[in-house]
This record gives sequence, structure tokens and C-alpha cells, in this order.
Amino acid sequence: MSGYLTGVLVVLAFNVIAAYAVYLPLAAGQLNLGIAGFMAIGAYASAFLTNEYMWPMWAAIPLGAALAGLVGLLIGVPVLRTHGIYLAMATFALGQVISAIFLNLEVVGGAAGYPVTDYAGPYVVYAAAAGVVVLMLLVSRTRFALCLTAVKSDATVADLLGVSVRGMKVAAFALGAAVAGFGGGLYAHHYSFVEAQHFNVLLSVFTVLYVLFGGTQTVWGPLVGAAFFTLVPELLRASDQWRYALFAVFIILFMAVRPQGLVTSSLFRLFRRKAEAA
Amino acid sequence: MLAQQIVNGLMLGAIYMLVAVAFTLAIGVLNFLNFSLPGLFMVGGMLAFGLMKAGWPFLIAAAGALAAAAFVSLLVERFAYRPMQGGDPEVPLVSSLGFLVLLENLMLIQYGSDQQAFPALLPDLNIRLGGLVIGIAQLISLALSLGLVAFLSWYLSSTAGGRRIRTVAENRETALLMGIDISRLVPQLFIASALLAALAGILFAVNYQQVSPFMGEGVGFKGVAAMIVGGMGSIWGAVLGGLVIGLAEVLSISFIGADVVNISVYGLLLLILIVRPQGLMGRAASREKL
Repeated sequence: MSGYLTGVLVVLAFNVIAAYAVYLPLAAGQLNLGIAGFMAIGAYASAFLTNEYMWPMWAAIPLGAALAGLVGLLIGVPVLRTHGIYLAMATFALGQVISAIFLNLEVVGGAAGYPVTDYAGPYVVYAAAAGVVVLMLLVSRTRFALCLTAVKSDATVADLLGVSVRGMKVAAFALGAAVAGFGGGLYAHHYSFVEAQHFNVLLSVFTVLYVLFGGTQTVWGPLVGAAFFTLVPELLRASDQWRYALFAVFIILFMAVRPQGLVTSSLFRLFRRKAEAA
Repeated sequence: MLAQQIVNGLMLGAIYMLVAVAFTLAIGVLNFLNFSLPGLFMVGGMLAFGLMKAGWPFLIAAAGALAAAAFVSLLVERFAYRPMQGGDPEVPLVSSLGFLVLLENLMLIQYGSDQQAFPALLPDLNIRLGGLVIGIAQLISLALSLGLVAFLSWYLSSTAGGRRIRTVAENRETALLMGIDISRLVPQLFIASALLAALAGILFAVNYQQVSPFMGEGVGFKGVAAMIVGGMGSIWGAVLGGLVIGLAEVLSISFIGADVVNISVYGLLLLILIVRPQGLMGRAASREKL
């Protein structure tokens, strides 16, 4: 495989992981605009463990993910008192604060960045992203996913039916944070370098963009959205200067025509009906 | 030293205030978190710069930039806001962000990605008050911003047009039943918020004498922070929030260091959201977008 293709596929893998980190809380109706902050926690925590304590990467990255999930849990409890746009803004502020803290943390290099001694090859990254996708597909068939949809569709009715709305919201938020932390840890070990500036607000916002573009009604939406956002700008590379402008025009027109995103549940039903007819 | 920093903070706050008022109009009335506003802020500054470079005098260049921003805002209304009515509430975010990306890249193609020097318009005149130095340009923009906001507040509370806008903000269906022409009112609101954002961009360019295609991002997000700190949907809340965020930014730069700006500004936002989610001057949330 050429170096270029490998590079693109690795970026795709990271984008897919990040997309599912955004998708989990969004499936329960919460917009998390601070996903980059949780990625930074996973990246720095796992890099610190490999560098300073000589932990193997397969132990350090999951621990970094767990730590990001724990922070998500602890912060989720007060932050999830707010909802709607207030929640989106609280997570936005949270992401900014977390990356600014790492920027000022001298123990992990501060603004100069933090080199990582261990290296995760491209195949490890692909496998991890595939693992996340499979995990999400499995989760989407459980009662938990059904509860999340119920909370999103109508929190009051879900509450009356005995679903713990708050518990579900916190769980989805913390799990999303853990997935983000996992992606961050992997990122640190693949590129062998972490800098706080990478985990900025645009990373969070663009990840939300893939997910909404792909569609949040089904579990496939984030995958399709991430693939589209990673690959199409590469294909447009021929018209170098104009590619992002063209891409933006396309997004605007596409969302105007199809506001529910690319992959919707009615699309799935259509396919199923065709399969039955055939 | 402290007094001087407070003055500088208030001047920066005046810019955030205009952006925050632009956001608050879109949120308060239309329930739409319009992420194209940072782009319109940038269009104000960059286009004023570009037209002046092409030989236009400042006032005409500024008017041209404002007109362009108003036009783009109508496109945002047509393609990002209107088709999304009745859909998932997060969706207009995507297309308004699409506009931000589009505007930034168009400016990048036209003028390059570097930061450009905006010409100094007023001779370097400063007022000295005791030990304080106050720039004329800054003073004018503070006065202009406050004047505009006061006008807007008066317009909303005391005129028939303002009452129509408040009716739509209160309840869209009722407003429609009352015979308010929403399909005309909404584009007008888009133009108003675009003009506020673009004017803030021009004032920013004049005050800090620099423009770049990405100047809108940082200021835009701080404008959102200012809006929420003050209280969403409240005009005077946006003013207070803008000044608080400007002060917090300038004071933390001068007393702690430039790297902690995001901790103090967004830490403040987070604290407010947890302790008092409706903001300093907002009423308790009854209804919201997302």
C-alpha cells in the first residue's frame, strides 16, 4: 500500500472512532461539542504512562480511555443538569478548558508538545477502528441503545416507562468520552507526538459535523459521514485551492435537500423491502 | 496598570458585545445557533480590507462589506435555516458551519491565509486621563457599539416592529395567527444580525489593525460565550457578558499569561452554566433550540 493511501486510511480510522464518540451521547439527544478535550485526556494520560512508567501501549491506551470516561462521568453529573443548547455550550467550554490545561501542564511538555516513545503501526489503528465499529453495532442491538433512543425521542415518556433518564444520559456521555479517550490515546501512539493545540474546538465541531451529515438515526450514519468527510476532500484534491470551498457548498446544498443526514432509517426500510421483493 | 487593563478589556468587550448581540438575536427569536456569524464577522473585516486595497475610501469599503455580509446572511437563511424547519434541531448547525468553512476558504483563495495589516485610519490620537491612555478609535467603537445596542433595545421594547419580533420569539404559531408576516420578518432578522457581526469585524480590524480569513473563529466563539454568560436572548445580558469576557481575557493575559486565556474565559462560562445556567441576566429557560 502506498504511503499516501496508508496516511488517508489512518486519518479515516481516527475520524471513525471520534465520530462514534460523538454519536453515543447524540443518540440520547445530547450534543457534545467538547469531544477534543476527552481525546486530549486519553492521549496525554496514555502517553504519560508509556513514557514515564514504561507501560505497554495495549495497557496504557485502554487506561487512558477509562480515565477520559471517568472524567466524563464526574463532569457529566453536574454538566448534564443543563440540557439542549446549554449542554452543548457547557461541553464546548469544557473541551476548551481541558485542552488549555494541557497546554499549560509543564509535566507533559506544555506548549512545546509531548513526544511518545512507543509506536502503534497503521494496522493496529485499522484494527482498533474496526473494533470500535463492531462494538457499536453490538451495542446498537441491546436494550441500552433502545433506552437511549427513548430518552432522545421523549424524555418524559421514557421516564414514565421506568427508564432512568438521568442515568442513561450520564452513561451515554461517559461512554462517548471513553471512546474519545481511546481514539486520543491511539492517536498519540501512532503519531508519536501529542500537542494540546491539535485538540481544539474545530476538531470537536467537525466531528459533530460528520456525524450529523451521516445521520444519527442509525448506527451506520457516523461511519458513512466520517468516510465521506475524509475521502471526498482527497478526491477533490485535483482542484486544490477550491476543494474546501466546493466541499462546503456541497454540504450546504446537501443538508438543504436532505436534512436528516445521508443514512436514515427509512433508507434502510427501502433497502429491506427491495431485498424482500427480489 | 490595573485601570489601564480594565480600559483595554472594556474595549475588547465592546467587540464581543456586538457579536454576542448578533448571536442572541438569532437564538432568542429564531432559536437558531447561527455558526455562520463568525464568518460574517470575518467578511466584514476582510472585505473592508480588500475593498480599501482596491482603492475605495474607508466608509464606502465598510458599506460594501456590510452589504456583502447582509447578502450572504440571506443565503444562510435560504439554504441553512428555511429547509430545516420541523427537522431535527441540531441540523441547521451543520449547514451554518458549512457557510463558515465556505466563507473562510473563499477569502483564503482571494487574499491568502496570512494575517494582513489593516491600514491605520485615524492618526494615532490618544486621550490621556490621569495615567490612562485611551485610543480614539477604541473610544469611537465602544460608543458606537453601546449606541447601537441601546437603539436595538429601544426598538424591541417600544415600537410596533419590535413587538412583532417579540411575538415571534414568544410563539411562532401565535404570531402567524396574529397576522405577522413571518416570511418577511425572518430575513430581516438575518440581515440585522449579519450587520451587527460584520460591523464588529470592521471595528475589530480598525482597532487592532489586522485581518485574516480565520479572524472570526476565536472572536465568534467568545461572542457565544459572552451571550451565554450574560443570558441567552437578553440584549443587555449580551452587553454585560461581552464586557465580562473581554475583561476576563485582558486581565488574565496581563496578570497570568497568554496561555491561560482559554482556561479563564471558558472556565468562567462553564462555571456560569453549572451554577446559573440561565446566565447573569437571563430568565429561567422555558424553551430552547437543541
